[in-house]
Order: sequence, then structure tokens, then C-alpha cells
Amino acid sequence: MHVPKRSRGGLVPLGHSGTRRRLAGSLAALATAAGVLSACGSGGTTTLVWYINPDSGGQAAIAKTCSTSQYTITTQTLPQDANQLRVQLARRLEAHDSGIDLMSIDPPYTAEFANGGLLAPIPQAEQATLKQQSFKGAADAATWNGQLVVYPFWSNTQVLWYRKSFVQKAGLDMNQPVTWAQIIKAASDNGGTVAVQANKYEGYVVWINALVSGAGGSLVQDASAGVDAKVTINSQAGEDAAQVIEDLAHSKAAPPDLSIAQEGQAGSAFGAANGAFMVNWTYIWHNYDTTQPDVAKDIGYTMYPETVQGQPARPPYGGIGIGVSSYSKHIADAQQAAACLVAPKQQAAQAAITGNMPASPAGYQDPAIQKLFPADLIKLFEDSVNAAAPRTVTPYWSDISGAIQSTWHPPTSVSSSTPSASATFIHDVLTGKKLL
Amino acid sequence: MTATTIPRDQTKAAPAAASDRSVAENRLGQKLVAPALILMVLVTAYPMLQALYLSLFRYRLTTPDDKAFVGLGNYGVILTDSLFWKDTLNTVLIMLITVAVELVIGFAFAMVMHRIIFARGVMRTAILIPYGIITVVSAFAWQFTFSINNGWVNGTFGWLPGISSTTNWYGDHWHAMFAIMVSEIWKTTPFMALLLLAGLSQISEDMLEAAKVDGATAAQRLFKVIIPNMRAAIMVAVLFRALDAFRIFDNIFIMTKGAQNTESSSFLTYRQAIEQFQLGMGSALSVLLFLTVLLLAYLIVKLFRVDLAQARGE
Repeated sequence: MHVPKRSRGGLVPLGHSGTRRRLAGSLAALATAAGVLSACGSGGTTTLVWYINPDSGGQAAIAKTCSTSQYTITTQTLPQDANQLRVQLARRLEAHDSGIDLMSIDPPYTAEFANGGLLAPIPQAEQATLKQQSFKGAADAATWNGQLVVYPFWSNTQVLWYRKSFVQKAGLDMNQPVTWAQIIKAASDNGGTVAVQANKYEGYVVWINALVSGAGGSLVQDASAGVDAKVTINSQAGEDAAQVIEDLAHSKAAPPDLSIAQEGQAGSAFGAANGAFMVNWTYIWHNYDTTQPDVAKDIGYTMYPETVQGQPARPPYGGIGIGVSSYSKHIADAQQAAACLVAPKQQAAQAAITGNMPASPAGYQDPAIQKLFPADLIKLFEDSVNAAAPRTVTPYWSDISGAIQSTWHPPTSVSSSTPSASATFIHDVLTGKKLL
Repeated sequence: MTATTIPRDQTKAAPAAASDRSVAENRLGQKLVAPALILMVLVTAYPMLQALYLSLFRYRLTTPDDKAFVGLGNYGVILTDSLFWKDTLNTVLIMLITVAVELVIGFAFAMVMHRIIFARGVMRTAILIPYGIITVVSAFAWQFTFSINNGWVNGTFGWLPGISSTTNWYGDHWHAMFAIMVSEIWKTTPFMALLLLAGLSQISEDMLEAAKVDGATAAQRLFKVIIPNMRAAIMVAVLFRALDAFRIFDNIFIMTKGAQNTESSSFLTYRQAIEQFQLGMGSALSVLLFLTVLLLAYLIVKLFRVDLAQARGE
């Protein structure tokens, strides 16, 4: 059970042992009372605890809006790192922690949570409503075994951001779809960089998945077969993806911190004097508004680059779904709260604060979003979400992702033999023959 | 000149001479210690036995239906896996290098703390400060120090060959290992110095005076008198630090998260048991880690040929 911060109070200097004893007694009484009352807020209302990924206040704001006279939604922040977020939630839920009512989950781990019985089933009527309101990609990423298991909340995607002054200098026509080879060459020839996410973490697999999907392939097929899923990264598409990474890692366009670059480092590289291109999430649009206004004015955007010329790109799909814990003591209230939190209006309200885009077309139409982004950028986001390639929905995603990270990192080690090596390794990891 | 040490026999009381009183005192001592000992055994034995039991299963928290008894299968997979041996090699390398460097620097620090005449308190405190800092905090400090984006190493040491403003310290294995080891050495050298200082202060000044009168040079006094008489203290210092270094985790977790093949045995165990929820495999790894640490302790004690009872001054 979650013990409120109240029990931490009373850290005052103590005079003598009598005071100390009295204070200890009071603290013990307070802690007990806090434990008894923790499920109830002031005035007898239920307190629902929502574990959120860190953001700039969007989730906390709509938690307040969606609180009712029946329950109050409070937020607790989870780690930034997607895998650490998963670990913390899963460990607590496996211990049947009733202190978690609602949680923000990254799409690739949805299946793992659902398969482990950690998520309360969503009523069928609610599932129908959610499917209807959400983008198809968002609903697919939230589905396991034919059931919608989390409430689609955000649906983030990546686009290609570029510096307008640089492409003008390089003479690149950004009104046409561009390929990775083109932007790497343009950056390389003109002293610019191509910023991507290539640290050994989930974001690197997001990039690899987009590259492989963009070449018409996939990492894994038949994911519902669990450990017997078909590993398909060893294909022409896998080799095309490896080629892009190899080219960038060995070109002058690679930022020096390529092998440790996450979203933030990529943002810094793009904002530097030699920044030219970057693939990154939607929230980047407002990243430089106050810190580097000159860069903010220089940002252009277009569809994610193609892996193979002529074959439409499949941008990454990210986002957040809200899950209701099966160990919550207030499942009905939590489900009601989740339905409110993912209503298109709330999706838009949080997007207006954080830049994390809604998971529904209706959310995109909200005036708050229209005010926040230029119309053509909103259209680009929507097109990108519709074209996006979600990562494989499987309870074994963390194994697959970890195995890819092990074999494809650092980017300078990637070659044409990487896809086959990683396919063998993924298979061995899934079947328990190799350590990950 | 030969090494001068206090004969062992002089430090041991003859067991036969123990009086009834000392036997009774010993018994009382054992009785007083017993509750704490029993509690410790209960608290530590349960998780250890549980780990031993779990290590015989294929068991993953998030796929509970897939639990199956595999006997020693997990151990088989681990011991034939290149990753395990690679990580073990990393760990041994970190242990050997950091303990060796710390022993030398720590000894120098101990000498300074022992001999210094002025500002002794300030100097001792200054030397011990790094050890008082939480490892995670010091690891973050060193991570920033070596960072290509906001660290000062590239700027300050840019004049050295092989270092430039674009040197990515976490971009390849050896650079990353170097950064991790520097952080580890900075953090734990004071501990080594403290243990060596204890040994240093036990050396009789008379013995050093006698050596001086006999015409021994400073180097001879160091190698023939001081170090041989500190063998027990050095053994304790090396044992503690080696076991500590073998379990290195925090620095790697903060600085590289195991990327660039910088993973240690503890980190591998953590990833299996905590990140991947592979309780069976993770338990098997922790059992192996425990056995390795035991073996290491045994080897160090044998290597220094020191009686632990003597080291405790019994």
C-alpha cells in the first residue's frame, strides 16, 4: 500500500529522549492512520494513484480535471527510461501492490503486462468506444490476444526535422520524399550532422524498426506464438537498414556522440552550429523556443526519410496507453477515471502542455492543438501516425529489443552480417539458449 | 638485510594455558552473540536457499505459466555462454587494475596521513572525503566529467595524444572501461588508505629506529620492515577491496549501463533477475557470483599466507 508523504514529516531537531519518545509515538500513530486512510482522500473520497512517465505537467493537469466528487486522481512519477519504467511497474505489480491504480505504459510493453495478468480487463463496451475514437495504429498497439488492454492516450511519431538554412545551402528539395542516403550525403558534403537516437536503449530499436519496416520488412512475425515467433530481421530489408546505419556511423555526418545519443543529445546536436537533420518525436517543435529562438525559426519538417528510394517510409510509433492495475482496490473507479483521461478533449489538453500528440483524430481537431502547431505540421503528424510501423506486440518484446541492442550496438559495428547475427541471437535468447 | 617481522609465536597465547575463567568468558560471549547470529542466519539463509531453489527452474515473472524445472540447465547455459565469460573477464580486469592502483595510491595516502605533522586532521579528512560520497553521486560526477557534451576532460586534456574535443569516452570499450575504473579508484582509494593506515600505525617505532641505527636506507626500511610487518593489514585491505571491486555495479549502471561491453558479473545478474524478470537464470547467476566471491576470498587468504586470527590481533 502506498504510504503518503505525510509519514515522512516531523524531521525537527530533538531536545531530549522524552520528546523523542513522544514524537516517535506520534509518528507511529500518524503512520498507522495514514495507512488506514491512504485509500481515502479528504471528505471520504477515494484517492486513485496514477503512475506517470515524466512530462512537463500535462498528465498532472488532466488528473485534476478528471477528479470527481467520488475520487481524486493523484500522480506519481516513474523513471524517464522506458525500460526502467517497465521494471518498476512490473516489479511492484508482481508483488500485488494495491497502491497503483492507474499507470502510463509504453506500447511495446503492453503485451507483457497483459500476458502477466497485471492489467484489469477493459469492459467490452468501453473497448468498442476506444477503438472507434483512436487511430488504428494506436488501437493495434494497445491490443493483445484480440482484446484492447490499455486505454490509448498518446500516439507519438517521428518526422524528419531539418535546418532550412542548411538544406538551402545543400540544394536539397525537401518537398519531395528524401532517403536516408540523400540526407547523409547532403550533411556529409556540407559539414552538417544527422542526429538520430543510437544509444544502447529502446530508442535505438525504434530507429532500427522504422528502417526495417521502411524497407518493407519486419523484425518479428507471428508474435502470438510467443517464444516460437518467427524472427524475420535477417532479410533484404534488414540489410537495407544495416546499410543506412553503417553509412551514417562511418560518415562525417555522424555526430561525435552518436553511440550514446538519446532524444536529448540528438536535440542538442541538431541545435548546434553544424546541426542539419534530425529524426525525433513531435515535442521537438517547441524545444528551442526559449533557449535558441534562432534555431526555432530555422526548423523545417517533412516526412520520415525513406530507407529505400521510392518505397514509402514507415515512421516510428510511440506513445502511451493507460492501464488499470488488476491489483487496484478501486478498479471500477479507475476505469471510469481512465475513460475520462483518454477522452479526446483531455488528450488535446495534455498535448497542449507537453507536445505529445493525441491518440485520436478528434484530439487532433481540438482548438488547443490547432493553436500549438502549424496546420501543415499537424497534417504531417497525422499522416505519419497513419503510416507508422508499431513495434511488434509480444510479451517477449524486451528480450527481442535487448537482443537487437546487443547485436546492433555500437552503430559503427553494424555491417551487412549484423541482421543474420541478430536473428540467430534473438532466436537463441527467446529459446533460452543464450544469455541476454 | 632480511625482512624483519615479529615472530608469529609471540602473538599467540598458548591454548593450554587458558584458565577456567577465560573458558567461562568465552562461553558467555558465545551466548551473547548467539541471538544476533541466529537472526542473521535466518535473514540471510532464507534468500540464499530460495535463490538456490529458483536457480533450478525456468521461471519468468511475466510468463508465469511457462515455469518448468530444468535442473542444472540454467548453469549449463550460463557456463557455456560467451557473454558470461566476457563479463567475468571485464570484472576480473576491473578488479585487478583498480585494486593494484588503489594499493599504491592508498599506501601513499596512508603514509601521508601517518607521517604528516601539520594540519593532520584537515589532511586526513580531505583524503577520506571521496569515500564519504555516495557511489551513485560520484558516478554521476564522473559521468559528467567524461561526457563529450558537458565534461571537462576533453577540454583540459586535449593537448594529450589521443584526446580531442570529439573524444567520446563512452563510445568504445577501452575508453569506457578507463572512465569506469577512474571513477572506481577515486571513490574507494580512501578506504584502502584507511585500512593501510591502521596497519601502519601498528608498526613499532623501535623497530624502525633499530633499522635506522643499523644503517638501513628509507627504501630498505619500507620494503624490509614496514611492508612485511603490514602483511596482515595489506591482506585485509586487498581482500575487502577485491571482493568489493568484484561486485562493481553502481559505476557501470550510471556511466554506461553496460554498453560497449562494459558489463560486470553483478550487472549481468541484475539484468537477468530484475530487468528481464528471469528469476531462474538470475538466481543461477547470483549463486555463481556468490561462489566466485567465496573462491576469491579463499585464494587471497591463501596467497598472503596470513592467519586471520593474527590479523585480528588474537
